[in-house]
Amino acid sequence: MRKIYIPRDTASVSIGADVVARKFADAGFTVVRTGSRGAAWLEVLVEIETPKGRIGYGPVQPRDVENLIQCDISNGEAHPLYLGPVEEIEYFQKQTRITFARAGVIDPLSVEDFLAHGGFQGLKKAAELGPKEIVKTVLDSGLRGRGGAGFPTGIKWQTALDASPKQKCEQKYVVCNADEGDGGTFSDRLLMESDPFALIEGMIICGYAIGATKGYIYLRSEYPLTKDILTTVIANGYRSGWLGKDIGGLGVDFDLELRIGAGAYICGEETSLLDSLEGKRGMVRAKPPLPAIAGLFGKPTIINNVITLASVPDIFVNGAQSYAAHGVARSRGTLPFQLAGNVKRGGLVEVPFGTTLRELIEGFGGGTYSGRPIKAVQVGGPLGSYLPPESLDVVLDYEAFDAIGGAIGHGGIVVFDDSADMGQQARFAFEFCELESCGKCTPCRIGSVRGKETIDKILAGENPHENLALLEDLFETMELGSLCAMGGLTPKPVRSLLKHFPQDFGEAVMCAKQGAEG
Amino acid sequence: MATNLDINPALQFVKDTCSVHGNAPEKLLEILHDIQNAKGYIPNIAYVAIANALNLSRAEVYGVVSFYHDFRQTPPAQKTIKLCMAEACQSVGARELRAELEAEFGVEIDIKIPDSEIEIGTVFCLGNCALGPAVLVGGQVYGRVDAQRVKDILKGDNA
Repeated sequence: MRKIYIPRDTASVSIGADVVARKFADAGFTVVRTGSRGAAWLEVLVEIETPKGRIGYGPVQPRDVENLIQCDISNGEAHPLYLGPVEEIEYFQKQTRITFARAGVIDPLSVEDFLAHGGFQGLKKAAELGPKEIVKTVLDSGLRGRGGAGFPTGIKWQTALDASPKQKCEQKYVVCNADEGDGGTFSDRLLMESDPFALIEGMIICGYAIGATKGYIYLRSEYPLTKDILTTVIANGYRSGWLGKDIGGLGVDFDLELRIGAGAYICGEETSLLDSLEGKRGMVRAKPPLPAIAGLFGKPTIINNVITLASVPDIFVNGAQSYAAHGVARSRGTLPFQLAGNVKRGGLVEVPFGTTLRELIEGFGGGTYSGRPIKAVQVGGPLGSYLPPESLDVVLDYEAFDAIGGAIGHGGIVVFDDSADMGQQARFAFEFCELESCGKCTPCRIGSVRGKETIDKILAGENPHENLALLEDLFETMELGSLCAMGGLTPKPVRSLLKHFPQDFGEAVMCAKQGAEG
Repeated sequence: MATNLDINPALQFVKDTCSVHGNAPEKLLEILHDIQNAKGYIPNIAYVAIANALNLSRAEVYGVVSFYHDFRQTPPAQKTIKLCMAEACQSVGARELRAELEAEFGVEIDIKIPDSEIEIGTVFCLGNCALGPAVLVGGQVYGRVDAQRVKDILKGDNA
């Protein structure tokens, strides 16, 4: 029986992976549904098992299947979709896969497959170390929060470990922030759909380290397939003894529950997420107190992003030094960047910090999907800056990128070609804030509306100089007066657009901006 | 013989749903999801019943329903499309696609027209950012769509 691997993640399924899989199954193949390796441009990437390893074909569309079956698929070098041994495909070979090492290789639903590929080895080592040593190891690895803020994970864990409960039996919590709302990002989704047990392993280690026996995954509702996968995986975890009491015979207890959001971008902000988990409106809380001290239901709570938690097991398998050996300056390890939007070879690219946007967009991405010149690149989601093509050589580490007014955020990179209207993107930045603001603080709630109106006036050529001055004022109010990053960072994309693309805001703005710089 | 004691089945469903979730106020989102999955929206009669079961005020329940984009207060059209309007899809023509779909189906995005068979809503990011434009129809994400493909999907021709 010929064994064939076909991905089942949102991206591959969105262009027909289920149909491709069914056709191969009908033709008598043994089909294994893996997650995805993340090369969206090669989807549907079909891999056939041969004595020489897995041979890839892609991108396979449902109508290609019959033809593939007719030719000798194990030996199909002449076939136009033939890609050769999958591991040798340049797009994958050039990456440093640590967090995503198993993605697309294993059956994500299977505990056995996870174990056969080194799964739960990190937990075993961590359980031998004990809480204090675990936190120290995470600190030594240099791991920083991958959700966007880049806060050192070890320091957060230390705070929760030190938070002495008022009563000895008091509950602490681990919450995984899987509300990946930034446009142009999908690494959390890909991890949860391709190697979900890695996330669970990271959460158990975190729980054991800080003394939490209960965890939640807060998943956004826009990921229906991810929800199905996680539901199955959690059930499989309990059935196999890798969730619940005395996990894996290691004396560690951890319960895990999946919760689904309801379409609010703001719930990706950690305190708003906590309110949502408590069944309330997702309103941002004032800090302090930090969630690590008073979080979910007022108890000490670690909230980490999916990628942060899924990066933890490797740190225990291969050691903190091995993880920290990757990267540059204060940005250690790897980051799964996501090439999105108008890019030819879009997908997930896990590389150490220190690479450049040019290497990612031109080297991996191959330029624009449309074939037209690049006009702008937005990095770090809706609250990140738009950069012109001249900025592509800056080194991608948290601090260096910050210095040029950018933000790496969650690692999303959206490419725009020269047909894009940057005035409309500026309007969208405010409109998005208007739609998604929780409404608690005035600068964000009202500022977003006024910002959109003011951009409209500028674009219509209405008193551009006065309105530009008004906008500068508004930026300052929002940046200094907002409770969280939603209002505080909305000016960031708009500022960058006015700076780099004044020509898209009318002649008056262009002259004003050139005058200011000249 | 029907008596005043007969409980409206929809109301009974709401009560049962709360009960399944232990009448726990922190499960309010889960309860609302379950009701909406079954009924298509959150009917008016649900507010008092949920408030009573969870020991919340009606205002608190309404506050949650109205805060989250997912929860609807009116029944959906027969067919609903969620079109991704986040940046990555914008960069590959989501704005143009929106205009085409609005013209094609005679509707406006995010506005429900009474008696319209179809309704198009906005969603910000389906996580399919390397294969945009993307739409969500019937719980399934589709990538690299154009107006023709959306029409095919609605007809049930998924391949």
